[in-house]
Amino acid sequence: MKDPVDVLIIGAGASGAAVAWSLAETKMHILCLEQGGWMNPAEYPSTGRDWEAKFYGEWSSSPNIRGRPEDYPINDDSSPIKVVNYNAVGGSTVMYTAHWPRLHPSDFKVKTLDGVADDWPIEYDALTPFFEENDRIMGTSGLSGDPLSPLTHPPMPQQPMGLSGAIIGKAMNELGWHWWPSDTTVATTDYEGRARCINLGHCTPACAQGAKSSTDITYWPQAVRAGVELRTHCRVREITTDENGMATGVVYYDKDGVEQFQPAHVVIIACNGVGTPRLLLNSKSDRFPDGLANSSGLVGKNLMFHPYAQIYGYVKEPTDSNRAPPTCLWSKEWYDTDLSRGFVRGYGVQFVRGAGPVFEAVVSEQKGILPWGADHHRVFRKLNGHRLGFSAICEDLPEEHNQVTLDPVLKDSHGIPAPKINYTISENSRKMMDHALARGREILETAGATDICVNSPIPWGGWHLLGTARMGTDPKRSVVNEWGRTHDVKNLFIVDGSIFVTSGGVNPTSTIQALALYIADQMKQRLANLFD
Amino acid sequence: MSANNQLTRAQRDDLRTIAAMIVPASDEYNVPGADDPAIQADILATLGRDTRLVTVALDHLARLAGQPLAELDAARRDAVAQEFRKDGGAAAATLVRVVLQCYYRDDRVLRSLGLELRAPFPKGYVLPDGDWSLLDPVKARSGTLRRAP
Repeated sequence: MKDPVDVLIIGAGASGAAVAWSLAETKMHILCLEQGGWMNPAEYPSTGRDWEAKFYGEWSSSPNIRGRPEDYPINDDSSPIKVVNYNAVGGSTVMYTAHWPRLHPSDFKVKTLDGVADDWPIEYDALTPFFEENDRIMGTSGLSGDPLSPLTHPPMPQQPMGLSGAIIGKAMNELGWHWWPSDTTVATTDYEGRARCINLGHCTPACAQGAKSSTDITYWPQAVRAGVELRTHCRVREITTDENGMATGVVYYDKDGVEQFQPAHVVIIACNGVGTPRLLLNSKSDRFPDGLANSSGLVGKNLMFHPYAQIYGYVKEPTDSNRAPPTCLWSKEWYDTDLSRGFVRGYGVQFVRGAGPVFEAVVSEQKGILPWGADHHRVFRKLNGHRLGFSAICEDLPEEHNQVTLDPVLKDSHGIPAPKINYTISENSRKMMDHALARGREILETAGATDICVNSPIPWGGWHLLGTARMGTDPKRSVVNEWGRTHDVKNLFIVDGSIFVTSGGVNPTSTIQALALYIADQMKQRLANLFD
Repeated sequence: MSANNQLTRAQRDDLRTIAAMIVPASDEYNVPGADDPAIQADILATLGRDTRLVTVALDHLARLAGQPLAELDAARRDAVAQEFRKDGGAAAATLVRVVLQCYYRDDRVLRSLGLELRAPFPKGYVLPDGDWSLLDPVKARSGTLRRAP
């Protein structure tokens, strides 16, 4: 029998890393179990001539396509949006675009302001110091002072505007619409041991330069130096409980596939909005027949993805193509509710610089704008290096029928039941997406773009996995309380995106990590009576 | 086992023929077609996890053609290709993608496009900083963050 640890964290991604780092100062024995391993930047796609092809196979954003031993399958046949993620030390921060907006203060008061969904049990201001701390550790770049975004203080200057940014900026100015250089976690100067961005371009499937922040190169080295134990290639099957309804530890499979039991005094789940409900639902017992911490019946429900409405076209001028980080500018012009648009809530926009030649050829052929035969070469030269894109991140409101359950058949390589996704895009979201596409078309046409194409939703766009173990003060209407502790199990905490009450209209990682730091801080303040 | 051994001779012939129909050689742009021996060798050597779907696509293509694709007259070959492209589903899409991803990393093709013959790392690329005075109109416009009550 292993010795018990004080704190056991499941998952070494965005939130698991942050909470581990924060709790390390307590000098408790902290152990993190991660199903993936450490990454090797020398093997990242941009180090090879076949860098684009890898994105269709071993570096696919879909775990179902990627199929690495570290991945678990997800049945997303009943969803128009497919789940994408990455399983390793660093989690999906290894494979993300590094776009770094925060939720807005108004996002925490959706019910009060707009009469839909629910208010969060905490306010933006409670997270402010943790946003700032997180930005410092992750290392953000940007330009402070955006009038339509929460005030941030990025320690590094914004990314270069580049060719694409200038075209977009001029078009937005002509239309009189808001735009601003994005906050990102791409280092624009040498920063805390990370080298500055050299525009490898292929940022999403991991950054060989280390300029893109991921928690394997930010939080984890510091947390490990501070004494946190990180055990890799360990997949947790279930959380165990005792006769008092307290968590006692976890059953997991080690790197050799051998079943192990790890006792713990406190368990923290950081497995994302799909992995967390999967684990809770797999942790059934006589005391918890519907899954752990599920007396509300809400574990797995209210899944929010952020449907992406994407539109792109081709301008005569050259764009940045693949020779820059993919995102550079955002717009909050349509972020807040304006009922005259025909929907409630709104969306953030991220502008996209371009694409590499293989991606351009493959996608354009599929869209039917790149012909076969003799005219292929002429058309390809018109398209390649001239793409400009607009993606709207539409706020997905919580709906209980959008949910994660356990697939009755599908299992991972350890025989653990896999998650199944049931999800539909709401009428409100559809209207929002259509509105966004119309605005995107105006922008692209103002920029002189032709051959305009649409992806609505982006099918493999399920990056943001939110809402499936929501936060709240009412145990009947939420899974965790206002400081991340499950209502049902007093030594079990959740710190990932599953605790989001609403989704906002921005990429969520910054807010996920600020929440994780906030919960860790709450735990530290309450150590003497953590289980009361 | 390499894909070279997994595809039959007839499948390899059809792959070469359809690849040339997707991307033919061009004197104007000084590029080979996708049926070029070096590009075909790259395709076969790197099929890997795509082998199954590419084989499915080639079987489908063979059924549509009824004989080696190269032996059809031009009009019939075009008709078969159009049907393959229209109704071939995920397998046909995979075959086309495999052809394009090998074609657009060939040195001669990249040279014709004016692209450098190298991986992005470690050299990277230079990006113009741009004229940030473009932001002045945004800064000058009034606009406030919606506050929570």
